[in-house]
Amino acid sequence: MIRQTLAVLRKELLVEWRDRSRISGLFFFAMAIVLLVAFASPSEAILARQAGGILWIGLLLASTRSLDQSFATEMEHGALEGLLLWPVDSRSIFYGKALANTLILLCVALAIVPLLFGMYGAQMRGSPTLLLAFLVMGCAALGAPGTLFGGIVAQARGSSVLLPLLLFPLVVPAVLAAAKGTTVVMEGDPMGQGGSWLALLVAFNALHWSLSGLFFGRVLEDG
Amino acid sequence: MSRRIKWEHIVGLLGVLGMIGGHYAGLFVAPPERMMGDVGRIFYVHVPVAILSMLMFSVSGLAALGYLMTSRMSLDWLVESTVEVGVMLSTLLLILGSVWARPTWGVWWTWDPRLITATVLLLTFVGVMLLRSATTNPEKRATWSSVATLFAWVNVPITYKSVQWWRSLHQIQTPQDAISDPMRIVYHENMIAMILVLVWFVAWRWRIAKSAALAEAPEPLPEAVNP
Amino acid sequence: MPQTPRIKLEGLARRFGPRWAVARVDLDLEPGSSWMLTGANGSGKSTLLRCLATALRPHQGRLQYGDRDLWTHRNAIRPEIAYLAHQLHLYDDLSQRDNLKVWARMGNLKSDIDALLRRVGLDPARTDPVRALSAGMKRRLALARILLKSPRLLLLDEPFGALDPDGRQLVVDVVREIQSEGATLVLATHLPTSARHVCSQAVVMESGQITWRGLAGDLP
Repeated sequence: MIRQTLAVLRKELLVEWRDRSRISGLFFFAMAIVLLVAFASPSEAILARQAGGILWIGLLLASTRSLDQSFATEMEHGALEGLLLWPVDSRSIFYGKALANTLILLCVALAIVPLLFGMYGAQMRGSPTLLLAFLVMGCAALGAPGTLFGGIVAQARGSSVLLPLLLFPLVVPAVLAAAKGTTVVMEGDPMGQGGSWLALLVAFNALHWSLSGLFFGRVLEDG
Repeated sequence: MSRRIKWEHIVGLLGVLGMIGGHYAGLFVAPPERMMGDVGRIFYVHVPVAILSMLMFSVSGLAALGYLMTSRMSLDWLVESTVEVGVMLSTLLLILGSVWARPTWGVWWTWDPRLITATVLLLTFVGVMLLRSATTNPEKRATWSSVATLFAWVNVPITYKSVQWWRSLHQIQTPQDAISDPMRIVYHENMIAMILVLVWFVAWRWRIAKSAALAEAPEPLPEAVNP
Repeated sequence: MPQTPRIKLEGLARRFGPRWAVARVDLDLEPGSSWMLTGANGSGKSTLLRCLATALRPHQGRLQYGDRDLWTHRNAIRPEIAYLAHQLHLYDDLSQRDNLKVWARMGNLKSDIDALLRRVGLDPARTDPVRALSAGMKRRLALARILLKSPRLLLLDEPFGALDPDGRQLVVDVVREIQSEGATLVLATHLPTSARHVCSQAVVMESGQITWRGLAGDLP
């Protein structure tokens, strides 16, 4: 099953690579949000403290676009159905797609973070490793439920509105933890909260990555 | 159509009577709260609503799990009815909380962990309702909303524990022996009355879901054509 | 390769919403037999094929694949079924070779990609993405994709559409090759002429039911 998961992951990344306009579109979208909030902000002093939160708002909004696109390619020629009928385990399909979505978001996150240091005047008082951990866990927390619900919504009507409505409330605990965690890494962590935010993120991911894989096949199939 | 009165309406009637009695008792009979005075009387409504909304969503979660394991449509109707009633309760909870907050904390709203998690819980289940209305195929609707409900349920323990996990303005859960006897009686009376009313709502809504499903039922098979 | 099992359909019915798309279908597919499903648009041919492909769950009746229920054991049986649908199941952004490579890898299927492309009359050296190909070439690629498997049950939905005479002949040749290996064939078409070359039996469908069955040569 691991080999098939990797094969699906390779396929996702290959499709993404062939049409690089998509990932750069995501980056610019996230960047636009980050910039707009900066312009709308009343004072520069506040900006630095808000950097962590703004990063995650941008990533959250970018994630729905990324998920919509990821499933749009599948629906173009019905490849999703083709995958379902192929000798490939539906859990492999899920994990391959979810990993790909996570990686793509992570690339966007890594590209935005320097902007925060440059334009928001954010500091790096904590450890870079911890920051990376928050980025990875946060993107993963968006990737798993996003792939599951993306699969559902791609088949339902009114999909472009439905995905954010379904996904956002569900991932709020994780985005909150990621935002808080990123902020304490940047601003300093006098009360040692970083660990508990990371723990929440890990628990969220453990739950969603295990359960979503179980349900993915069922939500794609005809009842 | 049967002319007999359905059991849930009798239960509901008892519940409504109980609530009228309970509200009267809560407003005029029970002693005022030691620290909050008369404002504290909202406790008799707010706390049952809080507990029952989470309980309602837990029933949704169990029904959803049941559907995914057995594919019985009656469980999907239960998901539909309990989610809707749960959303109604959650909305009421936030309104009641707001009404209580104004005189106590001085604000209608604050960014407090309990309030945030309760709002997120409400929004998650609203999302489940929207997913249901966007799906026309009954089997897919049942499968998808059951999966969504299970994930949405995860927010229930988070909301419940939020006052303990994060420093919150909201009170932590009060132990039973901290309340005086008259207050406890009024509280329980309201709780039981509310449970009866909710059972009435859920049963009634379940029947509506069932009729709607039966109305969608397929045509009979066409007559055989012999080749 | 072991022989295809016998496939039995008894009282098969499938609906969409309240309307029955396939109803009361009884069919006995002997191992290695070849069947043409014909009828007007909307007669239920595609729906029946999709039930056989395990893309749709039957609402009534039985569908036996050998001694197993097809839907219940669909995960185990799917590797033996090759289904060429209306939908091409291709990735627009990838080239011909890339498409076949990813599908092969995902399904753990070994195949000589270049030979396969040549077999369906496509040039392995071409690297444009699939979106740049003509409809006929896309169809050939879709055919190549399902040939990655060694199917025991071959299901084709309107395989001759969008193909020129050479393309149609190609489909006939490829199908004959697979049949010689013992596979059962079910082909849906509303143009029986080309299908007669590969199908020995025929069935006419109307409003979801079978209204005529017999030899392909005797089609009314």
